[in-house]
Order: sequence, then C-alpha cells, then structure tokens
Amino acid sequence: MPGITREEVAHLARLARLELKPEELDHFAGQLDDIIGAVARVSEVADQDVPPTSHPLPLTNVMRADEVRPSLTPEQALSGAPAQEQQRFKVPQILGEE
Amino acid sequence: MSDHIIRLTAAETAEKIASGELTAVEVTEAHLARIEAVDEKVHAFLHVDREGALAQARAVDEKRARGEKLGPLAGVPLALKDIFTTEGIPTTVGSKILEGWIPPYDATLTKRLKAADVVILGKTNMDEFAMGSSTENSAYGPTGNPWDLTRIPGGSGGGSSAALASFQAPLAIGTDTGGSIRQPAAVTGTVGVKPTYGAVSRYGMVAFSSSLDQGGPCARTVLDAALLHEVIAGHDPMDSTSIDAPVPPVVEAARNGSVAGMRVGVVKQFRGEGYQAGVVQRFDESVELLKELGAEVVELDCPSFDLALSAYYLIAPSECSSNLARFDGLRYGLRTGDDGTRSAEEVTSLTREAGFGDEVKRRIMLGTYALSSGYYDAYYGSAQKVRTLIKQEFERAFEQVDVIVSPTTPTTAFPIGERADDPMAMYLADLCTIPTNLAGNAAMSLPCGLAPEDDLPVGLQIIAPAMKDDRLYKVGAAVEAAFVEKWGHPLIEEAPSL
Repeated sequence: MPGITREEVAHLARLARLELKPEELDHFAGQLDDIIGAVARVSEVADQDVPPTSHPLPLTNVMRADEVRPSLTPEQALSGAPAQEQQRFKVPQILGEE
Repeated sequence: MSDHIIRLTAAETAEKIASGELTAVEVTEAHLARIEAVDEKVHAFLHVDREGALAQARAVDEKRARGEKLGPLAGVPLALKDIFTTEGIPTTVGSKILEGWIPPYDATLTKRLKAADVVILGKTNMDEFAMGSSTENSAYGPTGNPWDLTRIPGGSGGGSSAALASFQAPLAIGTDTGGSIRQPAAVTGTVGVKPTYGAVSRYGMVAFSSSLDQGGPCARTVLDAALLHEVIAGHDPMDSTSIDAPVPPVVEAARNGSVAGMRVGVVKQFRGEGYQAGVVQRFDESVELLKELGAEVVELDCPSFDLALSAYYLIAPSECSSNLARFDGLRYGLRTGDDGTRSAEEVTSLTREAGFGDEVKRRIMLGTYALSSGYYDAYYGSAQKVRTLIKQEFERAFEQVDVIVSPTTPTTAFPIGERADDPMAMYLADLCTIPTNLAGNAAMSLPCGLAPEDDLPVGLQIIAPAMKDDRLYKVGAAVEAAFVEKWGHPLIEEAPSL
C-alpha cells in the first residue's frame, strides 16, 4: 500500500475544498497514513466473489404522492443565509471574468 | 424535595404528573435547578431552553386541568442531542460551522417529542458532526463523565449520557452511527438503544453517514428507554429510508422481561487483545446470570467481525465526505473570507478550513481518498463486501440464537486527553458496536456493574435481528431486574452526587 505524502494530503484537501495550513499537511499526512494502513485490511476480501452492500435496507425509488404541501417561506429558507439580496442567496463570484 | 424529583424514573415522573402528585412545571423547575447547580462542572448542555421548557410544562399542566388524557411521557423532561433541528433554537452539531444557526424547522423526531408533550430542556454536547467516541471533538469543549469528571462520557453522544448520569434529565436522545448511543451509555452506567436502521426518522437529523446513522432513546432504565422508543419510532414519509411497518411492541416487552428458554449467542470475536480485565469479568458474570435466568448460551464464530472496524472507517468517512459537501458557506452557517475579490470556491475552502475541526477534516479527506479512482475498488469496494459478509454472519447467527450479547466497549471510560491525538486508539472504543450499524440491526447497552480495577461502569450489549427491537427490551428488562436484586439498588445510585 502506498504511503500518504504531504503532496497527496494537499491534493485531497483541494478536492475536499479545505484550505489547509502548511503545518496541517504534515500533521494529517502521518495520521491518514496510520489510519489507511490499518483499514487496508479490508482488501483481504477484494478477490472474494461477494456482492457489495451499500445500504442495510433493500430500497429503491421510494416515492411520495406528488402533492402540494406547506413548506418553508422564502424568509424562512433565507433566514440562515450569510448574505442575501432580492430574496435570493447572495454568493461570491462563481464563474470567471472572461 | 427537588432531589427526590430528579431521581425519579421517567415512568414514575409521568405517573405522578398524571395523578396530580406533581405538576409538570415543578418537575421542569427541579431539573432546570439541577442543570444550574451542576452543569458548569459536567458541561452536558450546549444550550438550555429555560423558557421553552417551562412553556411546554405549563401546557401539560393546563391539559391535565382541562381533563384531557395525557400521553405516557407527558411532562417528562428530556435532553436532546444537538444534531436534531429545533425550530427557533440553535443547532450546532458541536461544530463552529453551524455556530449561531437557528433552524427554521423541527426534525420529525423533535415534532414527535413535542406532540407527546415531552419537555425539551435543551441541546446536548457531542463530538463535532457525531464523529468521535469521547465528545472531546466538540468545538465547544469536552463534557465530563459524572462518575469521574476527568474522564470522557463516551461519544459522540456524551452530553446526553452525562445529562442522564448526573440527573439533569431522566430521558435523552442520541444518534448511533458506529456506537454513539451505546458506548456513552456503557461508560456512564446508563441505558441506550440503537433501534433497527430505519425505525426512527432521519429527517432533520444532520447527516454524517446516511446508511449507518440512526437516532434512538437514552435513559436510566430499560422501561424508560422503551417508552421513549415508542414515542420517536414510526414511519415518516419525509425520510425515504424510514421503515413502513408497525413499531415492535417495545414497551410491552420492557414490562415483561424474561430470558427463560431463550438462546443467547456469545461471539468469540468480541474478546481478546485490547479488552480490559474488569470488563471481561463483568461480561462473563452477565453470561452466567443469563444462564441462571434460564437462557441457553451458544458460542458463535463470526470471522468477518474482525474486519468491521476497518470497513466502517472506510464507509463512514466516504459517506461523510459527500454529506458534508453541503457545508459550503453559501446558504447557511459560517462564511469566511468573502472580501469581494475571492471566488465562491475560495470562500468555500476558507470557510470549511475555519469551520471544521481536525477529526471532521481527517474523515472528509479519508473518504475523499477511499472514493478516488484507483483506490475505490481496493478500499470502498472491499469495505462494501465486508459489509455483506457481516450481514450474512449475523443472519446465520440469528438462525441459532434469539439475541447476541457482548461487552459494549472494550474498556471503561478513559481519561480526557488520553487518546485525543491518536485517532486509531480512539476508533477502538467502537470495536463491539460497529458490526450492528453495518448490518442495520438493533442493539442496546445497559449497565452490568463496575469494573473492579477502576470502579467505573461496564456496559452489556444485547444485539437483536432487524425489526426485533422488542427482544432487546425483553432481555434487557430481565437482566436489569436481576442485577438490581443482586446489588440491592440500580447501579446509577452509586454515581457521585456531584
């Protein structure tokens, strides 16, 4: 099993949208390496012909009747928004300038 | 007088309110006074809703005065884990990322409690996002174990278990993803039940690992847990994984405890290295007690249980890395670094860095790793196969036995700080509780004595097949009654008065 390097932690943090501090990279690299080293035992069963279980209940496509029901008002839905404008969530720029 | 009130069971409290011997307001005031007196030391609560609780209590007393019939827990105070949304009351999940957030709606569980006239005293401390086994991962500081305030009260639901063990509430709510109801119950000498997956609605319960998370009752007695179980369980159209079937007769089972003629399984994988001698001793005595009470004990071999912890620490982080993506600083909760020049992505990354604690970051990155291409099959894929094997081993076991018993935790409560910087050592606290979450069946922890070497509570775990939650209560009530007879009093009476 490959060890987790500082660079890999930085990559994972980017994927997970965590702006880690430099000292955190070293701290987490050691810990994640320990944890992954320990949990890698599961690969003992990798070659076994066993179906995967993703969920304890065998449910698919659970539907509710498509009926209009009371729901949150716009004011309630926006009540926790860090910023809002014209009854909408106000967010930082998502697309680039060009 | 008020010391007498806080030491009553929930069932006794409800009876006295219904008969008029006590008012709901008196009961609530007694508990609020207790919180005032001891919670500075214990730190079980993150938020106490004094006015709301008293208003609920007054409504119960008015109902009674009007001659209306009261429910079985009407007027009984409860400590609610801060993972369930409460309209108008802060809900933090023990995280800075939700500090100050006031939910605009009640979780289904919260609604059910209110409809049953259960008085919600406040919200309890927990490991951030329910990730932990000690409540040390709370962004708002640790909670002390009432048996020894320098030790952990378990986790993630350590606030709820500590509230019960320090008589700040006779009832509490927890959630159990890998043991977060049962492990805190075990180390505080209280009772906790993880119902069958899907029994209690997850609507309004902040998601950690959705295929494992399950809310459930916490109390000081088996009957009290059953009464609360009946209030919170049942089908909810707002949760697509909610079971659409009648709730098993848990209260009836708790009132008719018996193990006579039952087959009880003891799994050989639930002992060995890492188990404290006093825990094993109390567990072995419990097995002997079960035999004396008329149960037949059967040895079981479940080899895949040895892989459960590893599978869990791939599955739970994988699901959490996806679930916690919603904390993006855009729609609710914390937003940092929005200076008008940064992009949404940059603001999200700065917000999550500032808002999440170490354990949450570790698990998000672990899950991101386990789900990345190249590693997916070896890690997440294999973990899912282990999950199938564990499910199959439980199914084979339950062809031979009615319930399985084990220690709830390998050790008693450890000192605060001891495992804080060693994630793998912390994870071992859930060794015996995790297989049940992976399979989705039901389990309970109840006290079975104090470990001789440290005089701290030991938990006995009872595991039942899915949808047979009533068996937990039938067996639990029998064991509890036998222990109380043996000890001359419930174990919790030996807890320090603080």
